[in-house]
Amino acid sequence: MKRRTFLLAGLGAGGAVLFGWSVMPPRQRLRTSALLPADGGRVVLNGWVAVDPDDQVTLFLPKSEMGQGIHTALAMVLADELECALAQVQIVHPTIDAIYHNLVVGHDALPFAPDDSGRVQRVATWYTDKLLREIGVMVTGGSTSVRDTWAPLRDAGAMARETLRAAAATTWGAGADACVVRDGAVHCAGRTLRFGEIVQQGTPLAPARQWHWKAPHEFRLIGQSPPRLDAAAKADGRATFGIDVRRPGMLVAAVAMAPTIGGSLRSHNDAPARAITGVRDVVLLRGVNGSAPGIAVIATSWPVARNALDALSLQWEAGPHAELSSAVLLDELRTHATRSGGRVFRREGDAVDRIAAAQTSEGATRTLTADYDVPYLAHTTMEPPNCTVHVHDTGAEVWVGTQVPQQARSAVARVLGIADARVTVHVPYLGGGFGRRLEVDFIGQAAEVARAVSGTPVQVIWSREDDVRHDFYRPACAARLSAALDVTGAVTAFSATVASQEIVRPYGARANALPARFDVRKATVEGLFDQPYMFGSVRVAHRLVSSPVPVGYWRAVGHSHNGFFMECFIDELAALAQVDPIAFRARLLASHPRALAVLQLAAAASGWEQPPAAAADGARIARGVALHRSFGSIVAQVAEVSLSPSRTIRVHRVVCAVDCGLAIHPEGVAQQMESAVVFGLSAALFGEITIEAGRVVQGNFDRYPALRMADTPEVMTHLVPSNAPPEGVGEIGVPPIAPAVANALFALTGMRLRRLPLRLPPLSGAPRTGT
Amino acid sequence: MITVQVNGEMVSVDVPPETPLLWVIREQLALTGTKFGCGVALCGACTVHLDGVPIRSCTTSISAASRGAITTIEGVRTASADPVDPVVAAVLHAWERHGVPQCGYCQPGMVMAVVALLRARGAPTDAEIDTALAGHLCRCGSYQRLRAAVHAAAAPLAEG
Repeated sequence: MKRRTFLLAGLGAGGAVLFGWSVMPPRQRLRTSALLPADGGRVVLNGWVAVDPDDQVTLFLPKSEMGQGIHTALAMVLADELECALAQVQIVHPTIDAIYHNLVVGHDALPFAPDDSGRVQRVATWYTDKLLREIGVMVTGGSTSVRDTWAPLRDAGAMARETLRAAAATTWGAGADACVVRDGAVHCAGRTLRFGEIVQQGTPLAPARQWHWKAPHEFRLIGQSPPRLDAAAKADGRATFGIDVRRPGMLVAAVAMAPTIGGSLRSHNDAPARAITGVRDVVLLRGVNGSAPGIAVIATSWPVARNALDALSLQWEAGPHAELSSAVLLDELRTHATRSGGRVFRREGDAVDRIAAAQTSEGATRTLTADYDVPYLAHTTMEPPNCTVHVHDTGAEVWVGTQVPQQARSAVARVLGIADARVTVHVPYLGGGFGRRLEVDFIGQAAEVARAVSGTPVQVIWSREDDVRHDFYRPACAARLSAALDVTGAVTAFSATVASQEIVRPYGARANALPARFDVRKATVEGLFDQPYMFGSVRVAHRLVSSPVPVGYWRAVGHSHNGFFMECFIDELAALAQVDPIAFRARLLASHPRALAVLQLAAAASGWEQPPAAAADGARIARGVALHRSFGSIVAQVAEVSLSPSRTIRVHRVVCAVDCGLAIHPEGVAQQMESAVVFGLSAALFGEITIEAGRVVQGNFDRYPALRMADTPEVMTHLVPSNAPPEGVGEIGVPPIAPAVANALFALTGMRLRRLPLRLPPLSGAPRTGT
Repeated sequence: MITVQVNGEMVSVDVPPETPLLWVIREQLALTGTKFGCGVALCGACTVHLDGVPIRSCTTSISAASRGAITTIEGVRTASADPVDPVVAAVLHAWERHGVPQCGYCQPGMVMAVVALLRARGAPTDAEIDTALAGHLCRCGSYQRLRAAVHAAAAPLAEG
């Protein structure tokens, strides 16, 4: 067994050192620095693949499954290249190692537009890859999973396939070329050795040094849509989420955190709480990794712990932000958006001067200036934040649904004052992520709690109110967009100034992550400076506005608001030019055939040329379109919208056209479009976190609603056929939905709604109802 | 001690009578398929059956629950095996074939609601599905596939 375990060692002693920081490109992603576990006769073929004697293939996959279907898609990639059945593949989260560092998330953060392929961009990307390969992080986020692991997984599968082929050939004394690998076995002249039988032989396997990827026409799984690997267990309740982790002797804890942003605990009395049956301890929380300070009750049962919080007579210090108001903050953002200056992310020609000149000229040029804004948003993953920590004699063990196991490890290690290597992190299924589980606030906090009862595992569970009031919110944001059109309707100048807090550096600081060192700030302008439209001149700038409101990554990040600003404004320009919204965009995309094809597919699939039929109740339906490029992909959506007799916005159908490169699991892409439309519509129609007197007003799904079954439109997805490398999918459908609906509302009512959530003003003369 | 019938078995638990059924199921009985989502009956993730009727276990006290027979997703899953319950088997099969779950956290609650719906109405209309699932939230947006799966599960039941 030892011999087999050391297969990897045969690849070259000190391989990890040799392939460290050097002049070589960051390609070595097959060999881990430490040996992977190889119990029960398992043979580890490389850092991603192991084969068991019972024919099971283990995929060591550093990507968290939070609903996006990544386990299924990446298992398909491996199984296809390895030539085994999808059902043979089981997925195991690997230990933390540099080969699993996410490279794409790093160069996606660089402030270059996708069409920029200049020398600076190439050198910066190369160095970022190098840097991240060595000191980067394992992260599931930024719609990077397939982009990041597509190549190493195909290498891993092909390398394993060739290793097994050669081993079988040696057994038979045959030439490897005469052997065929198929269906989890090697076949030659009527003889067959299953993968499991090959590893059972006990002969050391010679790792393949050469392999090739299959050609697209040879794919058996890629491009098909088999059932998700996790579907059955998730339907019948067997799937284990972080909150379902059960450890022997485990206690549970509930927390109370300072209700005012920047506040703290002034006083408490823990004697009555400690007297309650089942209460084991009361623990003060300093507030680590961005979490608010407060107090925790550890008990044998969560409702006991939660009720005991009420017995603590908690008195809070409001702190320096007791007057904080999101309404005031939004006013400040709006003011900033109207000012000049700021950091310029894109400048081509002199857009500002051209617009100013056009505004004062008497000629046939036209100009437009429009102000937009969006509120703070919470994530509200269905599984509330929770984390289980067991502090023991030699370190700690952690079970947590996280997008960043490495950051989770260091958060716990720092709280406990021990080395990272003494903390083991287990990653079960995530009950939603959306960026919330990039944060480690609740993980560091759980370590603070567990430290008090060292030797006993503790599961800290947040209430929904804790979750909504102690989130890292999608930043509120305001933007002023201006443009000039010439007599032909061409956009001669485009200028945008967006004002917001920034996400990246504060995130890096609280999560002990790399971005703390870099003031990149691209997330504030993505979606405005990087779109495929061609303008005569362009200026896109960001004005940084600081605020104590904690902000973070929220599905599609900057694209989530900038897509709304950009695509509504393009629609306004089309109306100004009196050109059909599709035709107007097509002209701006004339030099971008990939985007143009997506737009045309959306137009054709939605029947754009024909007027939509009326709704079932006879109400008129109007269409709106939006197109957006993000995470390497392009999505166009056509939304069909009507108003109910009580003027409620109803979205009946959304047609999506998508170019995401090669679609590994086309139904999975469609599923993500449905998901993004529902997520984006929840924000567009209802989503709003407000802050009054320093406190978040909303607390649960009553005040922070999400889309429900009856309000969900029919979502139809059409893919542009492509054999280009696969691009991001998990977030790309979010940015276009709010503008598509807002543009449809303009077509329906003639009113421009430049603020989210979308609220129609009351009809004049009609009685006012609600807000 | 309070005695309650869960998945056909009588179990006694030593908890205060006002303890929500959800936490007895998850903590004392270690049946983790029933989920905590909001705590105030707004999301449906904690749905179980009380005498066959879907209820929110997060706002149902153990003392109230002790007056009837509780079925959790684990009880329903067992029913899909031996002897085969045609409704449960059809629903679980349709869920997999139509790729309903994404993150999956809300799905046991959804399945509990749909099993009760299909037992009451062989072939529900879209409006009946909307009503049955009005109290259920899914942040991943599985609604469209869920609707298709309900119709698919109902079809063979209606024929049989």
